[in-house]
Amino acid sequence: MMFVLPIVMLIVLVNAATQEMKSISLFVVDNDLSETSRELTGKFSGSPFFKISGNSFSVKKAESEILKDNADMILVIPHGFERNLVTGQNAAVQIQINAINGMVAGLINAYSSQIISGYNQNIIRNQVPGFKARGINITNSFWYNPGLNYKIYMVPGILVLLVTIVGMFLTAINIVREKEMGTIEQINVTPIQKYQFIIGKMIPFWVVAMIELSVGLTIGKIFYQIPIEGNLLILFSIAAIYLFVALGFGLFISTMANTQQQTMFLSFFFLVLFILMSGLFTPTESMPYWAQIVNYINPVAVFLKAIRMILLKGSGYADLIPQIVHLSIYAVAIISLAIFRYRKTAA
Amino acid sequence: MDQREKIISVKNLVKKFGDFEANKNLSFDVFKGEIFGFLGANGAGKTTAIKILCGLSSPTSGEISVAGFDAYHETEKIKKNIGYMSQKFSLYSDLTVKENIRFYGGIYGLSRDTIKRKTKDLLEKLNFSEHAGSLISSIPLGWKQKLAFSIAVFHEPKIVFLDEPTGGVDPITRRQFWDLIYETAHTGITVFVTTHYMDEAEYCNRVCIMVDGRIDALDTPENLKKQFGADNMDEVFVRLARAEKK
Repeated sequence: MMFVLPIVMLIVLVNAATQEMKSISLFVVDNDLSETSRELTGKFSGSPFFKISGNSFSVKKAESEILKDNADMILVIPHGFERNLVTGQNAAVQIQINAINGMVAGLINAYSSQIISGYNQNIIRNQVPGFKARGINITNSFWYNPGLNYKIYMVPGILVLLVTIVGMFLTAINIVREKEMGTIEQINVTPIQKYQFIIGKMIPFWVVAMIELSVGLTIGKIFYQIPIEGNLLILFSIAAIYLFVALGFGLFISTMANTQQQTMFLSFFFLVLFILMSGLFTPTESMPYWAQIVNYINPVAVFLKAIRMILLKGSGYADLIPQIVHLSIYAVAIISLAIFRYRKTAA
Repeated sequence: MDQREKIISVKNLVKKFGDFEANKNLSFDVFKGEIFGFLGANGAGKTTAIKILCGLSSPTSGEISVAGFDAYHETEKIKKNIGYMSQKFSLYSDLTVKENIRFYGGIYGLSRDTIKRKTKDLLEKLNFSEHAGSLISSIPLGWKQKLAFSIAVFHEPKIVFLDEPTGGVDPITRRQFWDLIYETAHTGITVFVTTHYMDEAEYCNRVCIMVDGRIDALDTPENLKKQFGADNMDEVFVRLARAEKK
């Protein structure tokens, strides 16, 4: 179970949590019915992102389609669109986007603008004889993820999620279970040293999490063709340090909880907070300043950044020194705190 | 005065949980090699006292010395010299019999060879050799208790603390359990045992009866019976409890 569930997660989440828009339902209101307007519509339907969900001459009808959730976006081409273009006046089209999900709406907007402005330049070139577009020519090249493949971005994130859950949650639950069973009392009455106990509790989960990371990377490579630009040794050494932080957190939680319910609650609190703030789904750079400050104590954010740097950019030791130092200090601090808080003698 | 060697010495032990006084001014001594019974109804404060003596809980006030070490600052040294078995069954149920023995032997720093040799002796003595590979969760309660006791004295401590070791066990197994206790006491290990079975009190060298966090009586079973004009320990206890109500 410890291995099957994470793999399912890797397969399901990576495919589900995609932010690429594949099939935006476009409803077209073409009141011009000219060659130009049809060409523009054709640009949309020819794009892999859009599919035409319907046509009408009535904007009202189109709006009702949005209300019914049959369309994500309406393209309105007003009467006289072609004439205005040809005669050199301003020709306008209207785009209405369902913005219930702001992020999706932003994407739709960006895609549509791209199509329309591309089309616009074509027109200028074709329709004005002798005109040579000598304006600014923007060429985009996306580094490190040239195809803007969202999965390549997600897989490392899901891997981080996996090892964090294993590390933090299983360790915490394990110790609290001993509290519930009463075996911890038997341990506390032996001369075992606190650090021995803590290390004994950490090693098994550390090993399990490292194995899960390897399995996850293999799956990512085979199923998603994620690039492994950097050195795997660096990746695993940083993961090794990071796991001490995650495990330390688990131990810390276990010193605060007496029952498995309390442990679940506390672990969820930390896990959800860390994961949502880590930049797994939303970039940390667009978070408010205070949130970025809070992220200094978010080990998930640090490790996530490091693992993406290694896998996608091929960063080496020198580039990762800040992350390594950060995580090392964190590991020492949190484990010391856990050892300090673990009491063999109750008050 | 008694010339025997004191192994536990308690003077004016008080333990408070907030406003509640679980142990009210307890004073007693336990001598080397004796079986010392700690009797009382549920909630009389037996477990609280035993946890303090084992270093699991800190006393509020009083002078306590166990195996020559102070119960405030030297709890870890105390722990090296004692064995403990609690009413809550405390072997790892997902490990086998042999693994449990090896685990606890290892914690007390016994060498691999010693553990191997002693495990064999122990399993033979308990007639348990064929179950060495069984999971703890699969063996009956009585056997678990005997095993837990044997593991508590596996490292040959100076004192072994037994907190209601025979709870929920049938009379025959209880009898066998006490045979084990006697055997242990013969090897010079002091046995400190709490129970609420009054017949078990007869087996002790001396008993201490606790009522409501206080010690109401402390002597040999014979002397106590004489003192209260009773035929058995059960009567002694009932008389003490009645006196309390008045």
